[in-house]
Amino acid sequence: MISFILIILASLIFSGIIIRTKSIASGRKGPGIFQPLKDIIRLFKKGSVYSKTTSFIFQIAPSIYFASIIMAIMVIPLGEYKGIVSFEGDFVFFAYILGVGKFFSIISALDTGSSFEGMGASREALFSMFAEPAFFILMGSFALLTGHTSFQEIFASLHFGSYISYILGVLATVVLVMITMVENSRMPFDDPKTHLELTMVHEVMILDNSGFDLGLILHGTNLKFAMYGALIANLFMGSFPLYITIPLFFGMQMLFAIAVGLLESFTARFRMNHNAQYILTLSSVSLLIFLGVLLILGQFS
Amino acid sequence: MGIIATFILVILLTVALIPFVTVQWKGMITLTAAIIVTVLSSIIAVKALSGEDVEYLFNGSLVTGKIPVRVDALSGLFILIINFTFLTGAFYGLQYMKAYRTQKANLSLHCISFILVQSSLIGICSLQNSIAFLVAWEIMALSSFILIIFEHNKRATLDAGINFLIQSHICIMILTLGFIWVALKTNSYDFHAIAAFSKSNSLLTGVALFLCFFAAFAIKAGFVPFHTWLPYAHPAAPSHVSGIMSGVIIKIGIYGILRMLLLIKTDYLVIGYIILFISLLSGIYGVMLAIVQHNLKRLLAYHSIENIGIIGIGIGLGCIGIGKGNSLLTTLGFAGALLHVFNHSLFKSLLFYGAGNVYQSTHTMDIEKLGGLGKLMPQTSFLFLIASLAICGFPPFNGFVSEFLIYNGMFSSLQSSDKALLSWIVCGLFGLSLIGGLAMLCFTKAFGTVFLGTARHHLHHAPKEAGLGKLVPMYVVVLLIVAIGLFPQFFIQAISRPVALFTQNASRIFSNGKLPITDTLSMIGICAAGFLLLTGLIYFIRKRMTINKPREVSTTWGCGYVGSTEKMQYTASSFIRAYRKLAEPLLSIRKKKKEIKGIFPEKGGQETHPYDKAEEWVIDYPLQLLKKVFNRFTFLQNGNLQFYILYGIVFISLALAIPFAFGYIKSLIEFLNKL
Repeated sequence: MISFILIILASLIFSGIIIRTKSIASGRKGPGIFQPLKDIIRLFKKGSVYSKTTSFIFQIAPSIYFASIIMAIMVIPLGEYKGIVSFEGDFVFFAYILGVGKFFSIISALDTGSSFEGMGASREALFSMFAEPAFFILMGSFALLTGHTSFQEIFASLHFGSYISYILGVLATVVLVMITMVENSRMPFDDPKTHLELTMVHEVMILDNSGFDLGLILHGTNLKFAMYGALIANLFMGSFPLYITIPLFFGMQMLFAIAVGLLESFTARFRMNHNAQYILTLSSVSLLIFLGVLLILGQFS
Repeated sequence: MGIIATFILVILLTVALIPFVTVQWKGMITLTAAIIVTVLSSIIAVKALSGEDVEYLFNGSLVTGKIPVRVDALSGLFILIINFTFLTGAFYGLQYMKAYRTQKANLSLHCISFILVQSSLIGICSLQNSIAFLVAWEIMALSSFILIIFEHNKRATLDAGINFLIQSHICIMILTLGFIWVALKTNSYDFHAIAAFSKSNSLLTGVALFLCFFAAFAIKAGFVPFHTWLPYAHPAAPSHVSGIMSGVIIKIGIYGILRMLLLIKTDYLVIGYIILFISLLSGIYGVMLAIVQHNLKRLLAYHSIENIGIIGIGIGLGCIGIGKGNSLLTTLGFAGALLHVFNHSLFKSLLFYGAGNVYQSTHTMDIEKLGGLGKLMPQTSFLFLIASLAICGFPPFNGFVSEFLIYNGMFSSLQSSDKALLSWIVCGLFGLSLIGGLAMLCFTKAFGTVFLGTARHHLHHAPKEAGLGKLVPMYVVVLLIVAIGLFPQFFIQAISRPVALFTQNASRIFSNGKLPITDTLSMIGICAAGFLLLTGLIYFIRKRMTINKPREVSTTWGCGYVGSTEKMQYTASSFIRAYRKLAEPLLSIRKKKKEIKGIFPEKGGQETHPYDKAEEWVIDYPLQLLKKVFNRFTFLQNGNLQFYILYGIVFISLALAIPFAFGYIKSLIEFLNKL
């Protein structure tokens, strides 16, 4: 329960921090960190415009997308404190429930019958497909290392002892950060600030959403960021008491948001037609982690 | 005994009756017969599933020996699955075939074959005498051939049918070889002889015998590279037949593999690795090809190959579990596989019924020509959507439960593995998650292009929603799909007995009559229900919040362009273009491209024709070689009658002369020896 509340809280300011970092990095004054949240609240109060091509899919898709993210957050623990639900293999559920949301956001983009949105949907489906194996191999490595198969048990018993395990922690962070970027369609895989429909991925899929639905989708992105931030924070949390973990959690989220901001300020987007290959290389990093785990367990001796 | 006699009597009566009644009654009689057959066989099956194995011994004949009918939990489960799909298929088919009422003789054949397929499948599940088994198998193969070629005036249908006929007979030939091998050594046609034979011989013999049977059953099940008949046969058949074929007829191959695993006592580890490898190959290759298809039913057919792959991954893991003595892996692997057999029979038949509705209202299966059916056929599109989500393995539907079991088997066996198994499990994780992602790409394409957006092609008749008669059986299937997703613990309990057959120390695992995973599964059910509630809640809040807000309807955003955008829509091919570019080296796609060039350009265009690389290598290339060899002998077939008579005379005289010459030479040698 505690992790759920913390993630919701973190999501409120997450993209504010990213935007603030980006504005400082580019020498602008920039908006306050609550501006994205205010925008979303404003959207919630607005009416909406629907395309005449759309059907009932377009109406329910944003709700399902948002619900899938909330459901996924419920699985995430905080150190040794369980999430709202926790069972063996809950990370499989985590990955697949996020998949449901993605499925609906893709078909709702196709529902508008627009060429741009089809293009974005096509890219989103392809990229997220290649990110999936990386996540599963990563979790497999942790399951092997700790001997447990649920988020909470894995994170509670994950101790970094030797040098190799620190490297593993760093590699796992890299994989998770990159998966976050793919899932949220951010740099270096997609540029949310691009002004051209042809080069967008996620932004172009929601061109026809407006009002409450758009608010849901935008806040969904914030939640997803905070959710993956919580996963990364969990890697380093171990079994500390609450008065250490909660500041640590927010510290990690801050750090993550600033890192995303910096990444977006100083990197260029990958070439769109090579994105898939880049994402597939994440699986090889995951494999590297797997080999590292084998090293620790002495399977090679 | 009485049940079996009634069973046979009902079938004979139906077959005799159908040709002599009017068209309206043919369907009704078939349906009634299907119901009676279902009820009768389900009585036995339910008994077997609840722990009372049924065994009858028929006297048989001099050739076959005694014919045992044994129904254990495994057979019982498969009989129930077969019956359910046939029942929904019969109800759906009754409405579907109304469009063909003028073809009376054809319909009679179709109805007779329908009943014969169902009863022969039940026979295959229960007969345990090799010869009787083969006879049932042959009836099944021939009658499903007739089911497939219902629209035999189309060339493609006939080709597909003949392809199916040949390949299913290759399957029968390999099966026969296997049975003859056992019968030669043990002098018995009873299936118990197979167990005895493998026990008394070396492990290697057992592996060889299993591989022989596996090759045969793999043709039926559609494992790569034995799958080439499947993508032709499924689209050619009428939709309810495609649903049944994909749902249960190919599963009989899985039944065969499982039965042989129970009988043949051998090195399970080797077998497990082999099955796992072939299954991963089938899973990934099947879905990779499914994505690039243009024909909706062909796309679904390739998906069957993928799902057979997933089932196979479960079986392979289970075998490895037996070999390693890891009973948790065994349980999870086989439970996942068996549940996926059931799950796949549900959502795949539903998808084919949905495709049937689309076909009967638009008369095309070309995905590129369809579009915007969602508004015209809301119920069909809703049902198709549920089935798509289920086949992608998304919660809260049934596909997730079985895939979860397999994932869980892999994750929980990581600890107790050696290097070889570890690397296989990593491959398995990679493969299964990739299959999931690819399936999502495939079904967003299929659902998105067929049902969403606007029509891409002018149809002669405006598509209409299918009638209630077709929709009701589909809703029944959906009900089960959702039920398994929400209450997986009950269904896993139902399959616990067939799973227990595979675990030797079953008593330890099922200490309180429960599978170890039951608690976790009930959690999944709760989470799935929670997800549905949460979605409902958010939708409700959205409704309340926006109820008084202005709501406009306008055109889709087109960068300021407000004209009609039908032609600007993304097509199915463009949706998967990025994927096609990546996968092209692995697939065989024939392209025809006409570039737009010159000062006065003509119409340009591009066509892609996906073809099967495995078919090229396994079927086409050997056939070409074979043709080359046989072409040398074409001079014999010169069309001259005198020559043919001469061949006859030569043959007869050779047939007479050779034994005579043989005897003569023999006596000559004897004579020389005496000297």
